[in-house]
Amino acid sequence: MSKTETVYVQRFNVFARVLHLTVIISFLTLALTGMALKFADEPWAGAIAGFFGSFRVLGILHRIGAVLTFGYFFFHFILIFQNWRKSDKSFVGFIIDNTIGMVPNLQDAREIGQTIKWFVGKGPRPRYGRWTYWEKFDYFAVFWGVAVIGLTGLCLWFPTWVTQYIPGSWLNIATIIHSDEALLATGFIFTIHFFNTHIRPEKWPLDRVIFTGSVTLEELKHERPREYEMLVKEGRLDDVIVDKPPTWLVVFAYVFGFAALTIGMGLVFLIMYTIFQRTFG
Amino acid sequence: MSATIGKKAGVVVTFFFIVLTALAMSSHKALSMSNEDCLECHGDEDLTREADDSSVYVNAEVLAKSVHADEECVSCHQDADTEDEHPPKLKRVNCAECHDDIGAIYEKSIHGKARSRGDALAPYCSSCHGTHDILPPNDPKSTVYVTNIPLTCGRCHREGSPMTKTHEDIDQHNVLKNFSMSMHGKGLLKSGLIVAAVCTSCHTSHNVRPHTDPESSTNPKNVAKTCMHCHANIENTHRKVIRKSLWEKEPHKIPSCIECHQPHEQSKIGYQGKLSDAYCLKCHSNPNLVMPDEEGGVKSLYVDTDEYDEFRGTLHKKNKIACVKCHSNMDSARDPVCRGSGPVDCSACHPQQSDIYAKSIHGKLLAELDPNAPGCTDCHGKHNNMSKANPDSPINPINIPNLCGACHQDGKKAAVRIKGGERKIVATYSMSIHGKGLVKSGLLVSATCASCHTGHSILPPSDAESTVNRNHVSDTCETCHYGVARKIQQSIHNPPVGADTSRFPICSDCHSAHGAARVSGATFRKQQASECEKCHEEQVETYRESYHGKASMLAGGERAAQCSDCHGSHTILAATDPDSTLAGLNAVKTCRKCHPGANLSFTTYRTHATHGDKKRNPDMYYAFWSMTSLLLGTFSLFGLHTLLWFPRSFKERMKMIRKAREQKK
Repeated sequence: MSKTETVYVQRFNVFARVLHLTVIISFLTLALTGMALKFADEPWAGAIAGFFGSFRVLGILHRIGAVLTFGYFFFHFILIFQNWRKSDKSFVGFIIDNTIGMVPNLQDAREIGQTIKWFVGKGPRPRYGRWTYWEKFDYFAVFWGVAVIGLTGLCLWFPTWVTQYIPGSWLNIATIIHSDEALLATGFIFTIHFFNTHIRPEKWPLDRVIFTGSVTLEELKHERPREYEMLVKEGRLDDVIVDKPPTWLVVFAYVFGFAALTIGMGLVFLIMYTIFQRTFG
Repeated sequence: MSATIGKKAGVVVTFFFIVLTALAMSSHKALSMSNEDCLECHGDEDLTREADDSSVYVNAEVLAKSVHADEECVSCHQDADTEDEHPPKLKRVNCAECHDDIGAIYEKSIHGKARSRGDALAPYCSSCHGTHDILPPNDPKSTVYVTNIPLTCGRCHREGSPMTKTHEDIDQHNVLKNFSMSMHGKGLLKSGLIVAAVCTSCHTSHNVRPHTDPESSTNPKNVAKTCMHCHANIENTHRKVIRKSLWEKEPHKIPSCIECHQPHEQSKIGYQGKLSDAYCLKCHSNPNLVMPDEEGGVKSLYVDTDEYDEFRGTLHKKNKIACVKCHSNMDSARDPVCRGSGPVDCSACHPQQSDIYAKSIHGKLLAELDPNAPGCTDCHGKHNNMSKANPDSPINPINIPNLCGACHQDGKKAAVRIKGGERKIVATYSMSIHGKGLVKSGLLVSATCASCHTGHSILPPSDAESTVNRNHVSDTCETCHYGVARKIQQSIHNPPVGADTSRFPICSDCHSAHGAARVSGATFRKQQASECEKCHEEQVETYRESYHGKASMLAGGERAAQCSDCHGSHTILAATDPDSTLAGLNAVKTCRKCHPGANLSFTTYRTHATHGDKKRNPDMYYAFWSMTSLLLGTFSLFGLHTLLWFPRSFKERMKMIRKAREQKK
């Protein structure tokens, strides 16, 4: 097959891609500003605060990041609603569907087993659907994270208001939960998510799909055969075939993607180094 | 009314009766008017002279207590001794009628001569002694009693009196003030020594003459004699200054007392004798005059009194101190007389300062012949030493940091001796609130080196007597910061009686000594926790784990709450004290400084609590470990997943590459 015949299929529409762009920007902002405070006595934290001028600027940026987060959390429900309307399923049927549903199901449990076998060379590559189990975990990690970090964050943002309803001593707990859940989120996204999605050799150095929105038909067949089969079966394959992504978008994908990856991995390295030093140093 | 008329009528009748009696007895030349006769009229308090309405009342009681109590009125007022009505204006009483010896002396005195000249302001006997109220000189109420003499003389001899206004040739200004500052004046006025010399002790009472008069007790030739009325054996006490042989062989070469001891202010000196300034300047006004110095070079002996007059503005010039007063070791046996006279000994005139200095570290080092130890002139200058009030003076507050910094800086003289400690004292000081106040704002009241270390009694902090010794620092600061010192006394940082004071902070524990910063400034605020940490280690450690502590470590962190924002500063009390800023409702007020909506529930936030303290904060402990378990669990699971995936993914990639190559072929 020659290059001219490469067929592209859409995986993420513009709305989804813009949402993820918002996630990247807000998450990096929240992580950088929040971690600078959490590890305030480290020189790198001082450098971050110094770059922005003052811890008060960090606080303002952190709150802007929070507002963006609440924003994309709300708007992604619209995305789910749109996707549900495109399918001909009931809402519950849509979200628990084996191939396109977001909710983990038995098929995912089976695929975990198959994946481990595949990893150790005891089986073939599992025939994943539109969402693999680790992608579903990423999704629910963010879903859960926004809820937990968001709620505790609101308590810390409006302490005098919330203490009208809860004791001030609970803010100590809120601080711990907010901070450690954030450490989990940051650590997870900047290591596990980055590896699973971009850094693992098959995708190295970057999977641009979240920026360009499309994958080749070959990729789709290889990586998500059940989704491909579903599209063929439902006769919707032609609907998702799109043009080759424009060069500018590809360039943007690499520039922005690498920048985000660099910042994220840099930060997670500093955090890991600091924790390692504190634990064993 | 009628009674008064009756009384007046009675007076008139009596008066006529007296006049008639006087007429009848007019043939009698001898004293015929008794005191009763005079007091008949002059005993009336309202009696006035017709011409000028001045009172001619004579208080019989006062007269009875005076030295002249036994005298008849007419003994002095002879022209009133007449049977007829005496003249409306009697002649001035001539005291010399009785006191003829004193009168003769007085006539020749400057006062007497002025009087003969018709000087209206010249004092009569009565000007000093009074009239009817003359008391014996040993009566403390007498105007000529020893303690009253300065005031009696000072009635005329003081600024602004009619006499000094019109007699410009009487040139001693501030006579009274200078006297009161002198050894004699202090003896009299402060110590109440009635043997202390007063005006008349030197000038005499009646034979007061100008000092240019050879007969005057204050003529330079007579001064020694005058002084020796009290100061006997004076040569013995002056052996250090004047060689003994001079007293015997060449007494004319000995300066008179007042040449060194200024008459009215003994601590200042004048020398107008043989070795005049003009004599010294014959040689020393030559800019090329030099002498060999110890290092083999030459040092200039030029004294500039003209163009850049090095004495300009100095107190020594103002007080007309002669060269030889300081350079006292002159010897006529040498040529020139000043050869080898050695350094000036300031202690001759400034004994108090010298005594204090000798006990200071500078003085001790100088006594040990340390070449780096500063003497008087190193700080005060030599010829150009000025009052510290003069902005050009090296000891004016504005110039002190640089003056001290000339030695007390890295690589300079004092650094040779002092190891460790602060290296850039002047630079640190100039950035401090005191330094900025002085240098930037030009506030002369700002503390300089000398404010804390003193000028003359400088001692290292290790010395128990030092003003900067740990036990004295707070007292030293208190000299300016009195209000703060009072606040500290109310605080928990004030050591109770009998407590070990070393366990309580002094000012410099929290406010760096040389670098004391403005407390509202970023420098001080960002440093605060570290200052408190010296004693409150655990509290500061937990503070640094709190939001406030973390924020304060970052850029702009001075705006985050520091220790003192919640605990207070000088009035600090234990958080458990009901009056503390953190007790009960006080805490709400304290939190509201930054969190306007704070309520009582808000204040239950545990600012210093950590998850590490399981006993006090079990909830935080468990929250932390639950979260940490979640973290460890998630990362372990996915870490393993990733580890397993990596080799597989690597193989997949290789497969893809191989496939692509085959397709190319």
